[in-house]
Amino acid sequence: MSTDVATTTLGIDHRKLGMWTFLGSEFLFFGAFVSAYLLYLDTTAGGPGVEIFDIPFTSISSFVLLMSSLTMVLAHHAHTQGDMRRMRMWILATAGQGAVFLGGQVFEFSVFVREGMALDTSPFASSFFVLTGFHGLHVFIGILLLCSLYVLSVTGKVKPNQDLKTEMIGLYWHFVDIIWVIIFTVVYLIPELAVIE
Amino acid sequence: MSSTTTERTGYAGRPRQRDGFVGWITTTDHKKIGIMYFVTVLVFFAIGGIESGFIRWQLGQAEQSVLTEEVYNQFFTMHGITMVFLVVMPLSAAFFNYLIPLMIGARDVAFPRLNAFSYWGYLFGGLFLYSSFALGGAPNGSWVGYAPLSTDAVSNMAFYAVGINILGVSSLAAAINFIVTILNMRAPGMTFMRMPVFIWMALVTNFLLLFALPIIAVALFMLNLDAVFGSQFFEPATGGDPILYQHLFWLFGHPEVYIMILPAMGIISEILPVGSRKPLFGYAAVVFAGAAIGFIGFGVWAHHMFTSAIGPVARSAFALSTMFIAVPTGIKIFNWVFTMWGGKLRFTTPMLFSIGFVSMFTIGGLSGVTHAIVPHNAQQHDTYYVVAHFHYVLFGGALFGLIAGIYFWFPKVTGKMMDEKLGKLHFWTWLLGFNLTFGPMHMSGLLGQPRRTAVLPGELGSTVELYNLLSSIGYLVLFGSALVFLYNLIRSIKRGEASGDDPWDARTLEWVTPSPTPYENFHTIPTVTHRDEFWHRKYAEDDAGRVVPVPAGASEDHDPAAEHDEHIHMPDPSYWPLVQTLGFLPFGYGLVFGNFWLIGLGLVWLVVGMYGWIIEPLAEGDDDDPGEHSPANGTRAAAGAH
Repeated sequence: MSTDVATTTLGIDHRKLGMWTFLGSEFLFFGAFVSAYLLYLDTTAGGPGVEIFDIPFTSISSFVLLMSSLTMVLAHHAHTQGDMRRMRMWILATAGQGAVFLGGQVFEFSVFVREGMALDTSPFASSFFVLTGFHGLHVFIGILLLCSLYVLSVTGKVKPNQDLKTEMIGLYWHFVDIIWVIIFTVVYLIPELAVIE
Repeated sequence: MSSTTTERTGYAGRPRQRDGFVGWITTTDHKKIGIMYFVTVLVFFAIGGIESGFIRWQLGQAEQSVLTEEVYNQFFTMHGITMVFLVVMPLSAAFFNYLIPLMIGARDVAFPRLNAFSYWGYLFGGLFLYSSFALGGAPNGSWVGYAPLSTDAVSNMAFYAVGINILGVSSLAAAINFIVTILNMRAPGMTFMRMPVFIWMALVTNFLLLFALPIIAVALFMLNLDAVFGSQFFEPATGGDPILYQHLFWLFGHPEVYIMILPAMGIISEILPVGSRKPLFGYAAVVFAGAAIGFIGFGVWAHHMFTSAIGPVARSAFALSTMFIAVPTGIKIFNWVFTMWGGKLRFTTPMLFSIGFVSMFTIGGLSGVTHAIVPHNAQQHDTYYVVAHFHYVLFGGALFGLIAGIYFWFPKVTGKMMDEKLGKLHFWTWLLGFNLTFGPMHMSGLLGQPRRTAVLPGELGSTVELYNLLSSIGYLVLFGSALVFLYNLIRSIKRGEASGDDPWDARTLEWVTPSPTPYENFHTIPTVTHRDEFWHRKYAEDDAGRVVPVPAGASEDHDPAAEHDEHIHMPDPSYWPLVQTLGFLPFGYGLVFGNFWLIGLGLVWLVVGMYGWIIEPLAEGDDDDPGEHSPANGTRAAAGAH
């Protein structure tokens, strides 16, 4: 049931409150996968371990993903101004950067497989692929949402005064970025530093 | 509604029928969805009950072979899964659906279509699990699904991993829905500390679901990937750690215990004050104890694993936290007892079941505290003592409370009373059968009878055999009692006595509206000025402090002839929740059989369903600007004419 924000008990739109609630749940989802990964850091069964990561390459794709949060904010800002043309431009930019990140992940995975680390190599490999794979799936869903927003704003289903829809997708997108910041730090950087030392 | 028929067009039309078969399968009305949950639960309860009948038949005497080991393992596994995920949890969801909007003074939940999605996800998840019987055998690795047994194809646990995940998605959607509804849709004046205790317990339960379900989802994904796609999470040969599965499972599994018991606690916290004609003793204490259980419930999981390799420090810490969680539970029990103390008790059927809850749950709680003592726990681990314990809290506790709720709110749903004589017969046989079935298990467990064992070993001796025979006789009593209940239910639906609007002299908002509940719940949204709002509308104190009825107090929100001061906007029915959730089936079978075509088909189906959902036309203009109406969307006046 749609209601004016003014008539909700907490003064927040239902959909926005629902999105925050959902994201709270998502944190535990990734939290459990990160725990499993940390448990299995050294459980490589003779296969490749953390030294396989290409930090410069992943840093670049991480940077692209982080910048997409900026364009997402710009898209939402343009929508609040009612500037749909500019909003669509930034939405495309955000989705494009997400796609670049995803392409980087696919490339990275294929390199790892060629170097002898696949899903069934070791508990370490399994937890790495499944954790980052689920994150990639979240990015993919985000891209799908952004493209849908683009198309629906062209057809007029998403109207200039409905910036809440852009804001909600933005909330999701920023969440996916924050999770990547955690993954990049905990999964790639810290174990790699430990190896160097 | 009919005047808008030709005006709504779009990529797909929207169903407009409110009655008949199409009306049911496309409904977004929280009351109808609640009833659908209830009826589905009855079916699964019968199936789960029959499975347990075979278990008791097999164990009625030592060295019997009524069932093969293989079938026995499938039956006890499916019995556990069915009762936990397809009976107790969705029965609570049935109450949440029907009662949350009514008790907080709202016309529906926050996301009506998502609510329908949750129901269909539950139904298809249950059917998916049971389809395993026809597709190579049901899961047989017990409801906990411990690896590495569960990652072996012989245990058929891929069906378990995927089926529970489908049910989990449905529960997660429902949890978000109910949390937003409770936080954001309360009637004017209903502050947090004026909310009925049932609403509080629903809020805590749904937060538990919100934070526990993602963890079991992770464990089940790992299990599924290990079993079907070759990942190595729990594979000891490459260094995988099966204990990780136990941690993840019980990190969900223990909050799950409170997910099952808190709704029943909420229900009896509503019934005991009504049956005692007194306000609930220590409202704030009951509420905070419930919230405390929610928090501490996440910190006791490893007491399920005292015999696993977790080390003495973890054992001590979890032993302490387990003893500690008995404190808020004890607070609640004392509050219920003091609520009845000095009250004008009326021993109606719902009241009897509530008292049954308090007493049986106390027994189960006490045997639960014994699990906190590590050496004692090691002695009981995987014996029938544990089976006795959790049946006392889940059957004697959760199920007694939920049945009390069925008797109590039956008049709200149907406008008729359930038969009191049959109800009392049901209660006493239920109580007798329950204690006869599960009481002796304490003893047989302490004497060393192991759980999950297909044949009762003869060398355990004739004492254990006798206890098992008593349990099996108890099952027959329960079976007869369940038939009494079913007969009572059907008979009362057909020709029960008319109940009137307020048969129990109740205290909370759901009884302000007529019974059965009208389509829009409230003609006018009530304004709340007290805790126990409805009671305060009916009664006041005179100068001497005596309670006196207020003659015209309750009628103001009742009068159907009263002028509607607002436009009533009810959610439209929709095909999409049903259509979309069907996509879980190909997706699920794909994950079980490792078939990427089916997985792809399921994913595409789910996405297409989501698009149908997003772009289907709304009846009253677009939701974000209700003032702006294109002719294609119908007009507010026309849509409001129903």
